[in-house]
Amino acid sequence: MTFFFEVLIGGLLSGVMYSLVALGFVLIYKASGVFNFAQGAMVYFAAITFVGVTEFDISPWIAFPISLIVMVVLGLVVEKVVLRPLVNQPQITLFMVTIGLAFFIEGLAQLMWGANVRGLELGLQDVPLEWVSERWGMSISKFDLAAAGVAAILVTSLALLFNRTRIGRALRAVADDHQAALAVGIPLQQIWGIVWGVAGFVALVAGLLWGSRNGVQFALTFVALKALPVLILGGFESIPGAIVGGLIIGATEKLAEVYIGPMVGGGIEGWFPYMLALVFLLVRPEGLFGEKIIRRV
Amino acid sequence: MSTASNATATDAATRKDAVTTVATMPYLSVNNIEVIYDHVILVLKGVSLEVPEGKVVALLGANGAGKSTTLKSISNLLRAERGEVTKGTIEFKGQRVDKLTVNQLVRMGVCQVMEGRHCFQHLTVEENLLTGAFTRNVPRAEIALSLDKVYHYFPRLKQRRGSLAGYTSGGEQQMTAVGRALMAQPKMILLDEPSMGLAPQIVEEIFEIVRDLNGKEGVSFLLAEQNTMVALRYADYGFVLENGRVVMDGAAKELAGNEDVKEFYLGLSPGGRKSFRDVKHYRRRKRWLS
Repeated sequence: MTFFFEVLIGGLLSGVMYSLVALGFVLIYKASGVFNFAQGAMVYFAAITFVGVTEFDISPWIAFPISLIVMVVLGLVVEKVVLRPLVNQPQITLFMVTIGLAFFIEGLAQLMWGANVRGLELGLQDVPLEWVSERWGMSISKFDLAAAGVAAILVTSLALLFNRTRIGRALRAVADDHQAALAVGIPLQQIWGIVWGVAGFVALVAGLLWGSRNGVQFALTFVALKALPVLILGGFESIPGAIVGGLIIGATEKLAEVYIGPMVGGGIEGWFPYMLALVFLLVRPEGLFGEKIIRRV
Repeated sequence: MSTASNATATDAATRKDAVTTVATMPYLSVNNIEVIYDHVILVLKGVSLEVPEGKVVALLGANGAGKSTTLKSISNLLRAERGEVTKGTIEFKGQRVDKLTVNQLVRMGVCQVMEGRHCFQHLTVEENLLTGAFTRNVPRAEIALSLDKVYHYFPRLKQRRGSLAGYTSGGEQQMTAVGRALMAQPKMILLDEPSMGLAPQIVEEIFEIVRDLNGKEGVSFLLAEQNTMVALRYADYGFVLENGRVVMDGAAKELAGNEDVKEFYLGLSPGGRKSFRDVKHYRRRKRWLS
């Protein structure tokens, strides 16, 4: 039983890491109805910028605000140069644009900082908590726990921003209907600027955590793919959904690997989440917490 | 029934007098504007109109005549649709407004309610209304006051304040859209096709509220309508658009009595049914003469 809980808790904590990436998608999807394909690239860009800055012998405490500024500026530039001319275009156009953007940001990151793999040391050790292993004989990673804490803070503050503030309401309004939002005097540019800025911030946090775990390398852009099943499970518009989806994906993939894996020769961790997402699409296409698809007859 | 129509008739007559007296200082004036979409499609070919302060003015015309485009060029929503005012000027309270952003215009007190309601479907009715106050940087208490006022005019919205706007009926959505505009404390509302897709009874209800708002809150209205009969009943003055031009204008009562308007927009003709060929010929001649 201890083993089961160890796997479960380990899974939940690693799921939080997926949630962090999924959050970035949710933010932009909520505010502009666009699936931002470039989110993975932004995570990579953020992490490599941070590492690149620290390589100039700058302390991480200064490197963090610097990279944050870079990410926010990147977000604002994307809004101004790419999205602003495309107001009121069909969603698919915007989606295609983000694919192009992904390639551009990946290229830009490598152009600025080179393509080699770097390590990232956050001062957080990926080692088991001693008192937990002594008491219950389980190993729970310190690193994972810290990541979960960061995610919890991020999610709470974002959920408050979206549901309790004037700006949050405007963000949701813009997501629903660009034109109507424009008509009531909500400045789209400003709103999108805010959203891309916040998405840049989330990408930075996700990039740092993922980067310190897997190393800062091009493969970071693919963590975005792991966010997809999370989004499908949790719902594209829901911040709590991103978290719950991440937890479910994390827990089930680890449990499946441990308990079902041996029956089929192992290695199912990689594809199990996608299968789960597929089943979910059939049963509940809007996700657990997604906005109901409103149909009126 | 007859007393009611008499009352509206006298009403319209007194308001018509008022129009002539204040017509000297227009509140909103559109001077000979030309609008081109996508750099090639000429939609408005010199439209001029005026809305006096505190009046309801109707903009009439068939599909594609340019009613919505006129409203959007005033509210500056045109740019988002790749349209552009290439000639002419638009003035509000004597100030050029054709280069302002929508946000600035809403702050000045000009607010558009778009055709087809355009409520925020996934926001509750109350949240929809609150978004309307986005441009106002005032304490919450003051916004709550405006909210109460909107609920006073639309008691039905108060009952439905907690439900998602997407699940409310068409009439309620139209009320939400008008209420949302009211939250910005506008001096002038550009109302596009409020009757679209609504039952006649609801249409009357909405126009009654428009009249109420006009009388009690002093909000001026410029409304585009295909439902000529209803629009002329509630408006003080009317402009008829055809093919991107104003072909006729006059006090609402005169327009309602005008033979051409009767024939083209109300489907009433003096000589009973005519052959389609005659009608077409007559209309074509009329169109180019005017």
